[in-house]
Amino acid sequence: MTLHSLKDMIASIRSGETSPSDWVNESLDAIERYDGALKSFLTVTAEEARDHAKKQQLTNESGPLFGIPYALKDNMITKGIRTTAASRILENYIPPYDGTVAQKLRQSGGILVGKTNMDEFAMGSSTETSAFQKTANPYGANYVPGGSSGGSAAAVAAGLVPFALGSDTGGSIRQPAAFCGCFGIKPTYGRVSRYGLIAFASSLDQIGPFTRSAEDAAIVLNAICGYDPMDSTSAKLPAEQQVDFTAGIDAGVKGIRIGIVRNLPEEGLQPAVKAAVDGAVRALQGAGAEVVEVELPHMEYAVATYYLIAPAEASSNLARFDGVRYGRRAEASGVIDMFERSRSEGFGMEVKRRIIIGTYALSSGYYDAYYKRAQQMRTKIRQDYEQAFASCDVILMPTAPTTAFQFGEKADNPLQMYLNDIYTIPANLAGIPGASVPCGFSDGLPIGLQILAKPFDEHSILRVAHAYEQLRTFTWQAPVLGVAR
Amino acid sequence: MKITEETVSHVARLARLAMPDSEKALLAPQLSDILDYAETLQRVDLTGVEPTSHPFQQTNVLRDDVVRDSLPRDAALMNAPDSEAGQVRVPAVLEGGSEA
Amino acid sequence: MNWETVIGLEVHVELKTASKIFCGCKNDSKSEPNTNVCPVCMGHPGALPVLNRNALELGLRAAMALNCQINQKSKFDRKNYFYPDSPKGYQISQFDKPIGEHGYIEIELNGETKRIGITRLHLEEDAGKSTHAADGSHTLVDFNRTGVPLIEIVSEPDIRSPEEARLYLEALKSIMQYCDVSDCRMEEGSLRCDANISLRPVGETKFGNKAELKNMNSFRNVQRGLEYEVERQRELYENGEAVVQETRRFDEATQTTISMRSKEEAHDYRYFPEPDLVDLDIDDAWLAEIRASIPELPAAKRQRYEAELGLPAYDAGVLTADPQTATYYEQVIGFGVDAKAASNWVMSDILGALNNEGKTFAECPITPENLAGLISEISSGKISSKQGRDVFKSMWETGKSAAAIIQEQGMEQISDASVLGPILDEIIANNPKSVADYKGGKDRAIAALVGQAMKATKGKANPGLVNQLLIEKINAID
Repeated sequence: MTLHSLKDMIASIRSGETSPSDWVNESLDAIERYDGALKSFLTVTAEEARDHAKKQQLTNESGPLFGIPYALKDNMITKGIRTTAASRILENYIPPYDGTVAQKLRQSGGILVGKTNMDEFAMGSSTETSAFQKTANPYGANYVPGGSSGGSAAAVAAGLVPFALGSDTGGSIRQPAAFCGCFGIKPTYGRVSRYGLIAFASSLDQIGPFTRSAEDAAIVLNAICGYDPMDSTSAKLPAEQQVDFTAGIDAGVKGIRIGIVRNLPEEGLQPAVKAAVDGAVRALQGAGAEVVEVELPHMEYAVATYYLIAPAEASSNLARFDGVRYGRRAEASGVIDMFERSRSEGFGMEVKRRIIIGTYALSSGYYDAYYKRAQQMRTKIRQDYEQAFASCDVILMPTAPTTAFQFGEKADNPLQMYLNDIYTIPANLAGIPGASVPCGFSDGLPIGLQILAKPFDEHSILRVAHAYEQLRTFTWQAPVLGVAR
Repeated sequence: MKITEETVSHVARLARLAMPDSEKALLAPQLSDILDYAETLQRVDLTGVEPTSHPFQQTNVLRDDVVRDSLPRDAALMNAPDSEAGQVRVPAVLEGGSEA
Repeated sequence: MNWETVIGLEVHVELKTASKIFCGCKNDSKSEPNTNVCPVCMGHPGALPVLNRNALELGLRAAMALNCQINQKSKFDRKNYFYPDSPKGYQISQFDKPIGEHGYIEIELNGETKRIGITRLHLEEDAGKSTHAADGSHTLVDFNRTGVPLIEIVSEPDIRSPEEARLYLEALKSIMQYCDVSDCRMEEGSLRCDANISLRPVGETKFGNKAELKNMNSFRNVQRGLEYEVERQRELYENGEAVVQETRRFDEATQTTISMRSKEEAHDYRYFPEPDLVDLDIDDAWLAEIRASIPELPAAKRQRYEAELGLPAYDAGVLTADPQTATYYEQVIGFGVDAKAASNWVMSDILGALNNEGKTFAECPITPENLAGLISEISSGKISSKQGRDVFKSMWETGKSAAAIIQEQGMEQISDASVLGPILDEIIANNPKSVADYKGGKDRAIAALVGQAMKATKGKANPGLVNQLLIEKINAID
């Protein structure tokens, strides 16, 4: 087995050299072979995928992703296919409808091969809070893949699928992309419809792709972005902001202004990560980019802000899991008892922790001190970025302060775990797009370079990332679990 | 902010989470830590700053008043743990808990 | 001691939209259970709300008709609470920026106008319907009503008697119907009312402990429930006991209120801005457009009927109570008939007949044009008022015009002196005794002659004219 770029696969199917079934079988074989150890999938839809591919060959369907196998994080609703958000409470939930991304990808000709593991309800940074299984990092079986979209990141990095979708509320696409050594992009809030995404924090959640290159991500973005009348918060954009994401991706970085954050908080930042990121900046500078310093004065408050807003919204979003219409129901004689026991049995500890924080932050007497204040701080953080992007096109910084950590390493100190999200959280608070692109290895573990841009300017991110992928000054390492690169 | 186990109990009740004492004991100090950390927000003067509840400003997203297909009833009830005569069946609701 | 009653009402009105407030399911809670439901209104994971434009516009129209100030920057909030028929675990409602605030309704009380303040009017979604098993073993939930658009209208505590409460509700219902925002059928639940009631000694400015009354399903029951509550609270105070602040249920069977005795948990709804919906920004042009869609409201119409049409206050009140009656009446007088005559026919005959048969104006067999035709036939003297009643009956049964029925039944009155002349001459010639009696001063003798004339014309002669012509002719004989 060899790895192919999405772009090459599409070209190969178009030319008739390969068929959708070839790729679907190859993907299913890879899952069969490697996922026993990797555990990146919660559900593999092998039969449906094979049927779908066969059907495609009989019809004249086409589409930009015709015949391409892919995976969805298991918090994206798929009609008739079990969707769990990696929670016991939804263990047997079979959705009666399709979410918008599932629909769009089907219309584009993509073939779903399965649903990937994640932190329960996307709450976590290691995929360890999944109620069902722990996903390994393709670069080390004892290491976490990151989270919350760890399953999607691992599946792509290990070569099981050419692309998978994840969701990013505080870094849940970018951080696992960094830990697993693949490309991951969180588009601008509003770019991709959230209809059918099981909500964690509605004002922060955004769907985006994992791929093995920026160019492949651009192809997927073309298929999943766009205004959706089913999502009031999906962006209605003028035509010039809806152009093809692959256009101009190879324009290089000459004339691009790269922002570097002055006084970036560096507590816990591993020297190897810092060195790799600095190296990437120098490489881009060498290729013609201009480097400028920018300030993000309220960045130090981002984690506190996030850990009030996200749990508050989550506490309300997760109220619907009450055992009435779907999901786990505990035996009880009265309905209140039924609610309390179903939820207690159905949710894991991290989810409960966040529900409690969020409920507290919204409760009578504390709203102004916590939730409202956090929302005001959010305004300040948004303004910081507006100001910074007045003098640069992209901002570069590490995706995460460290490379992947080992299972169980941080599970007992939630606050410490939360503080690791310092570099990814601000983009969600500000609603801006951000990506992680591999920029080196440390002790065999990948390091991610984060690229941020102003709202709806994913083009600049893709262009810089693509340029960087061509410049790469480090030696690529193959994953230990998965298809060799 | 010191969060006691009683506070955790109260909040768990609001959130309809049955919580064993062991979990309360675990959560109380963790929540205290997290809320202490949140206190850092008090350091900045935010007087008069508009709160952000949406990352970007878009207003008046409306749909036309057009009826669309509903779910077939069996699909609507397919996931219900218990149903009877086309309705979702739940344990008894004691009088007085009613709302709205 | 003299006690003052203080009442505030919270009214929920279902809006008359085709689809629900946040999804495309049919706004019809009367269908077979769980047939008008979808992932959005059943609160499935991942489903998102999108606001129905019509629901917003009807809400704004209602707010303007109730003289509210409109919050042009408005938004939705989540009200968090758990209940089996609340599928998301929160209700999408409005908290600190309701679409309307500071409005009022005017009621007529003992010939005077009293203004009842409206604190706020906001949009929200309805919950589903729970049916509790009689043996208390379980509850069944139907989600058809979930997501039906509602407006909640909260009054100021300005109401001072159960009667005022009823008048407020009648006025509110009438305005809502005029604006065509709701059917306001309380028996069917499209208008629901909860009441807060407390007593205080006259002159006291602080409020007493209040009872919140629920489960009153008609205007009459609202008044009765409140009347019972006034007496109950008065007795408690006069016996030196306290009134407990609590929720009480009106019991129709006993016509009393009963404490719901729930272990009342303090509510903490944890309101916060609904992140799944965007803010509302209603500009002046949009508001003007909505304002222009509000028809003349009942109070203004009543005044106009009195001032311009010269109708008595009673007539104006009856004719404007609901928009269908007023519309019908205005169409009738649009054909140029006398306003008071038309009022009499509409108030007694049309409303009476509709009531008898349980029909609405839409099913009324007599069109406004035909009623106007009937009134003209009478006023022109073609038929008598008495004949008019018969013609009305036939019109009601057949749906035909008055003219057609008059012609079919040969009922035209003879009012032509040249036609009547020879007939009367013959009667005078054949009844010398009656003529002599009349001339001898017995005025009543003329009646016998009129009777003869009516008989001779099969009742068609214009009796007034016959009377007048007979007198002229007899006086001419010497």
